[in-house]
Amino acid sequence: MPSDRRPMLLANARVVDPSRDLDFPGDVLIADGVIREAKRGIGAAGVPQGAEIVDCKGRIVAPGLIDMRAFVGEPGAEHRETLATASLAAAAGGVTTIVCQPDTNPVIDDHAIVDFILRRARDTAIVHVAPMAALTKGLEGREMTEIGLLKSAGAVAFTDGARSVTNAQVMRRAMTYARDFDALIVHHTEDPDLAGEGVMNEGEFAARLGLHGIPKAAESIMLERDMRLVALTDGRYHAASVTCAESLDVLRRAKDAGLSVTASASINHLTLNEIDIGPYRTFFKVAPPLRAEEDRMAIVEALASGLIDVVMSDHNPQDVETKRLPFAEAAPGAIGLETMLTAGLRLVHAGQIDLIQLLRAMSTRPAEILGLPGGTLRPGAPADLVVIDPDLPWVLDPEELKSKCKNTPFDEARMTGRVVRTVVAGRTAYEYA
Amino acid sequence: MNIAAKSSFVLNRRHLLGIEGLSHAEITGLLDLSEEFVALNRQVEKKRTSLRGRTQINLFFESSTRTQSSFELAGKRLGADVMNMSVNSSAMKKGETLIDTAVTLNAMHPDILVMRHHASGAVELLSQKVDGSVINAGDGAHEHPTQALLDALTIRRNKGRIEGLIVAICGDILHSRVARSNIILLNTLGARVRVIAPSTLLPPGIERLGVEVFRDMREGLADADIVMMLRLQRERMNGSFVPSVQEYFAYFGLDSTKLAYAKPDALVMHPGPMNRGVEIDSAVADGAQSLIREQVEMGVAVRMAVLEALSRNLPNA
Repeated sequence: MPSDRRPMLLANARVVDPSRDLDFPGDVLIADGVIREAKRGIGAAGVPQGAEIVDCKGRIVAPGLIDMRAFVGEPGAEHRETLATASLAAAAGGVTTIVCQPDTNPVIDDHAIVDFILRRARDTAIVHVAPMAALTKGLEGREMTEIGLLKSAGAVAFTDGARSVTNAQVMRRAMTYARDFDALIVHHTEDPDLAGEGVMNEGEFAARLGLHGIPKAAESIMLERDMRLVALTDGRYHAASVTCAESLDVLRRAKDAGLSVTASASINHLTLNEIDIGPYRTFFKVAPPLRAEEDRMAIVEALASGLIDVVMSDHNPQDVETKRLPFAEAAPGAIGLETMLTAGLRLVHAGQIDLIQLLRAMSTRPAEILGLPGGTLRPGAPADLVVIDPDLPWVLDPEELKSKCKNTPFDEARMTGRVVRTVVAGRTAYEYA
Repeated sequence: MNIAAKSSFVLNRRHLLGIEGLSHAEITGLLDLSEEFVALNRQVEKKRTSLRGRTQINLFFESSTRTQSSFELAGKRLGADVMNMSVNSSAMKKGETLIDTAVTLNAMHPDILVMRHHASGAVELLSQKVDGSVINAGDGAHEHPTQALLDALTIRRNKGRIEGLIVAICGDILHSRVARSNIILLNTLGARVRVIAPSTLLPPGIERLGVEVFRDMREGLADADIVMMLRLQRERMNGSFVPSVQEYFAYFGLDSTKLAYAKPDALVMHPGPMNRGVEIDSAVADGAQSLIREQVEMGVAVRMAVLEALSRNLPNA
């Protein structure tokens, strides 16, 4: 259909391009799926015939978001989420690329499954999908996967999802091998033995609730080990989900030493803390667990300083069967594709972080780290972008969420600012009525 | 017809424990002497009498087909009494220590002990406890000197020289005694040595041994005169050092496409036994550029030369 690929002028916008540190009033012209120009006053003269003209009325136009960690149930858990439903949620949240996780069934540890995901995404999803592949076969932490063949099939990074590779020798060899292919390893750093029976952050609130705690050291010890292995192997490494001040110290030292290390924090850990669990609310059970307020503040500060590179949704759809249970027995995870940006705007409105820095961590940095083409409004870049009304007040009604599961911690929360249009490869994939 | 020895080369050492420490002249002397035995081995009458009266014991703690049989044949053709001891029948299996085995064997007055052992340094340990000559037939991942000598002889006969050639050694460098002996020998004779392997199969620090290190066959094979493939053991193929046979072959297996990166007249070698379809494609292993069968032939000649050159230095020679 050539009609929906006609050129589009996003006029009267506040153009925010974190890749070039630009924030100015202007217009963005897109055609043939790529950004032609982003500048002050393109004007009617510069617009091709038949172009759709969108008056942005001063709203923000920014690169489409790249969500670096989202669990999609396909294949194997289509009742929780499919590539199609995840992509609808993503588009509504301004996410133009979903980086899906390999802890599916079967596990994405074979290049045929990478191929399957890419084909399914092409046929059913309305945003881009970039799969990560398993780092070890069957996510068992014992034998490395075919990193070369998986990467050439299209895997953008290698991770065991929400599992940690506890065997240091396996991790060392995987890092050593991955380096030859310039493959990125993304690691969930949580020592399963130290985490033990824990279901929430260790400390006063766990004690009050009578729940087993997970010490922060379960995370920082594994991260520290990994930093030493990165130093040994010279590999490229990304910490999948950093949640506490101790881990930030480890990360800072590694970065100061010049190691090829980057890190993500989830939107949950940036905007929520352990107290939100309140009366055993299982929608606030996530892995790693929500930490103390001091940790949350430290993570926000690290995002502002760039120590934390990426903000991701950690989207993890769980249905009532897995969530409507006693807290300790409920599955961890919260959906987030649709709410990541709007939740992040809370930090902007609270003056804790600049808008451009938030957008950088949700678009430019993931693109750079994963080697993806988006994350920028540079002419020639793919026309993946988002129009944001930063001040629009609204109340989150879970029934309106596009995701198959409604396990959002922002259930009925008051929000300020939302995505009003999402453009993927030059086509409007979402528009707020 | 008996060909009289023309070369009077003597290896002025008691043992041959490795290539390390051998001079250019010693290596060349051994290769020249080997040439005579190549000619001898192609005759009907292959016997010499230079080791008559000598006892040679082949002590193999690791199974071997070609090395053990070629040492046996070499000793017999030179007139020695050759006895084979393999691990299955040895007292070592019953718990005897290496030193006790050495002392026991030494009491039988062998003149030459040919030994293979799975532990690096075991052959040197044995050499300290016996009176005869000890020849290293492979110790752990340390050295396999006669393999390097036979490889050099094969190269020299086909290329006319070794100096200045680009030799690419590909595969499991980490666990390979063949690689270590070849790196030392080829450097001594002035070749340019490269190693090509995934980083998991390269010992850290290998670049200090005088090799150029590559992790990509296309780059590493460019302009190579000799492509030397190494065996990858099965237990290392499935996720511990490399992910799978499929991936290893895709990136490091020598097929005609990858061989085309090397010089058009590049020659292919493999110390054996080969894993066809793992590190080498059958079409290449059996192709016109392959020297693999010739290597086996050179093996007997080189081992005769080593036995002869060492025996000339034995007491009462």
